Amino acid sequence: MTQTTRALLGATALCGLAAAAQAETLTIATVNNGDMIRMQGLASDFTDQHPDIELEWVTLEENVLRQRVTTDIATRGGQYDVMTIGTYEVPIWAQQGWLVALDDLPEEYDVDDLLPSIREGLSVDGSLYAVPFYGESSMVMYRTDLAEAAGVEFPEAPTWDFIKEAAAAMTDKENEVYGICMRGKAGWGENTAFITSMANSYGARWFDENWMPQFDSEAWQTAFSDYLMLQNEYGAPGAANNGFNENLALFQQGKCGMWIDATVAASFVTNPDDSTVADSVGFALAPDNGLGKRGNWLWAWSLGIPAGTDAEDAAKTFVAWATSKEYAELVAENEGWANVPPGTRTSLYENPAYLDAASFAEMTLESIKAADPKNPTVDPVPYTGIQFVAIPEFQGIGTAVGQQFAAALAGQKSAEEALQAAQDLTMQEMQAAGYIQ
Amino acid sequence: MARAVSTRRKIGFTIAAWAVGLAIFFPILWTILTSFKTEAEAISSPPSFLFFDWTLENYTTVQERSNYFRHFWNSVVISLGSTLLGLLIAIPAAWSMAFVPGKRTKDVLMWMLSTKMLPPVGVLIPIYLIFRDVGLLDTKTGLVIVLTLINLPIIVWMLYTYFKEIPGEILEAARMDGASLRNEIIHVLTPMAVPGIASTLLLNVILAWNEAFWTLNLTAAKSAPLTAFIASYSSPEGLFYAKLSAASTMAIAPILILGWFSQKQLVRGLTFGAVK
Repeated sequence: MTQTTRALLGATALCGLAAAAQAETLTIATVNNGDMIRMQGLASDFTDQHPDIELEWVTLEENVLRQRVTTDIATRGGQYDVMTIGTYEVPIWAQQGWLVALDDLPEEYDVDDLLPSIREGLSVDGSLYAVPFYGESSMVMYRTDLAEAAGVEFPEAPTWDFIKEAAAAMTDKENEVYGICMRGKAGWGENTAFITSMANSYGARWFDENWMPQFDSEAWQTAFSDYLMLQNEYGAPGAANNGFNENLALFQQGKCGMWIDATVAASFVTNPDDSTVADSVGFALAPDNGLGKRGNWLWAWSLGIPAGTDAEDAAKTFVAWATSKEYAELVAENEGWANVPPGTRTSLYENPAYLDAASFAEMTLESIKAADPKNPTVDPVPYTGIQFVAIPEFQGIGTAVGQQFAAALAGQKSAEEALQAAQDLTMQEMQAAGYIQ
Repeated sequence: MARAVSTRRKIGFTIAAWAVGLAIFFPILWTILTSFKTEAEAISSPPSFLFFDWTLENYTTVQERSNYFRHFWNSVVISLGSTLLGLLIAIPAAWSMAFVPGKRTKDVLMWMLSTKMLPPVGVLIPIYLIFRDVGLLDTKTGLVIVLTLINLPIIVWMLYTYFKEIPGEILEAARMDGASLRNEIIHVLTPMAVPGIASTLLLNVILAWNEAFWTLNLTAAKSAPLTAFIASYSSPEGLFYAKLSAASTMAIAPILILGWFSQKQLVRGLTFGAVK
């Protein structure tokens, strides 16, 4: 062997060793919200424990993230090793074989500690395909001072009739106080999510067991008429443009008597740094109509691993850390118990320190427990999901239906016309997709 | 009397022009002002215009959370790279169409323009698959190529319009003096079309800088430009308008400054040949 050959072989071996010693990089796609940003700030705890793993973050707005990760996973682009996805994507993607099953998480992870309804929402055929980072349902947030002044006493579990009475009593339009704030902005994750959850409690459903759209049912007529009446009589002006953020701003400025929306909002409206009404907020379960279903939804931002990633083991280590009990303790240590990601683990709701710090904890837990994504409606349905239908076509149909709802709220068409248009367009899409022959 | 009417009209036009200018600039001004407010002030109603507690807190947070300079550098490379590559292709193309037009030149120009009428999402998946297969996903090279192709019709059209204004006799004279085609384009045509080329360059840099669809869809962590930086501060669940405004101000500041300093050149180029 010549000296040159020996030198070349040596260099090759060194390169190989260097490559082996190089840290593995995980690219994590995530959304911009307080809990996720906090995790990025605390990620040094993970990299200190695992110096062989580096983390690269791609933070995007929710809709951009959804488009981005869907394109990547559907084409097996392989740009991400960990994806932040919701309860809508998980069952669809798992059935396509796009996600790695997470049945082999270490024992100390204590998978049985995950809240049953959340775990159920992230499982397909008994296998877990994503682990929850934070979970949410929806509930009623109300102004205790306005309720007292109006002589209204909120029960823990109100009915829609009570909500109508309370909204009427708390409305004071002259002083820009509106009895109730609800989502009106068009979008499958905005007004469609809210109205679908509300309609579930009226006995309505999107489809019957043969995938026939049901917007022409009496239950839908009643639910949607009540929604429009509440918005028009007691809601904020321009409600057709109001989504989560717009209503949050209104509530924080003291302009809503009640707000029915995501449980995650509780920490915002009770934060004295941002909210002018932080010390006078009460909570109640989402309303019902005595039919056995409440108008609350279930959502969990979760971490999933795309099938085909070349860093599967490192990705599993990371998702287990980010959703562990130890991570909750790390957040509590650095930012206080009130800032621990809510709605994922039973143990959190048994922790007196958390219950003391978060006045909304009990109601959040009760709301999540009341949600059943496998049986979301009074009558049986062929789909899972409460505020959505877990089929790939739903994003498009849900947004188109939301546009009809928003048009009715804006006064551009009647409730009957909007529901008829929703029925027609859903029928057309379901026929085109082959659900209906 | 005529002079009085003319002066009054002039004042009227001036006021109208200022009003239109301010209306166009107002959203940018509002974004800049919001970036100096707290999150609570950013959503206060009625909104405060100038009288609020000015703070730099949002800029500090944005700096701490994101690697601004990496995004900035990616934007610079992508916008300048795609513009220069585009000019390299478009100058000879526009020369041939302006000075040696064929029977179908107009059709070719129209066809080029028609490619801009296709919604980009219509070709997202094929381009994504090609990029995946050739390893161009999340690379600056990939974005330079795609932005060049996207803006090429506009560059060719603009240059074609400018070149048409240059008398062909000058180029003929250069040819008579023995100039080669290369020399004719580089030493005769290009210097005469400098205002047009400069404004095309500036406009294309601005278009590439602001392009959001492809830069968001074809990048992940390594080559994401400032558009991705802004997108990372938008949140549907949480009021982060002040931070979003700070990120937006930081993203648009470089291009705003460039536009401000080069406005004379830009206007001169855009109105080149408009009045004969």
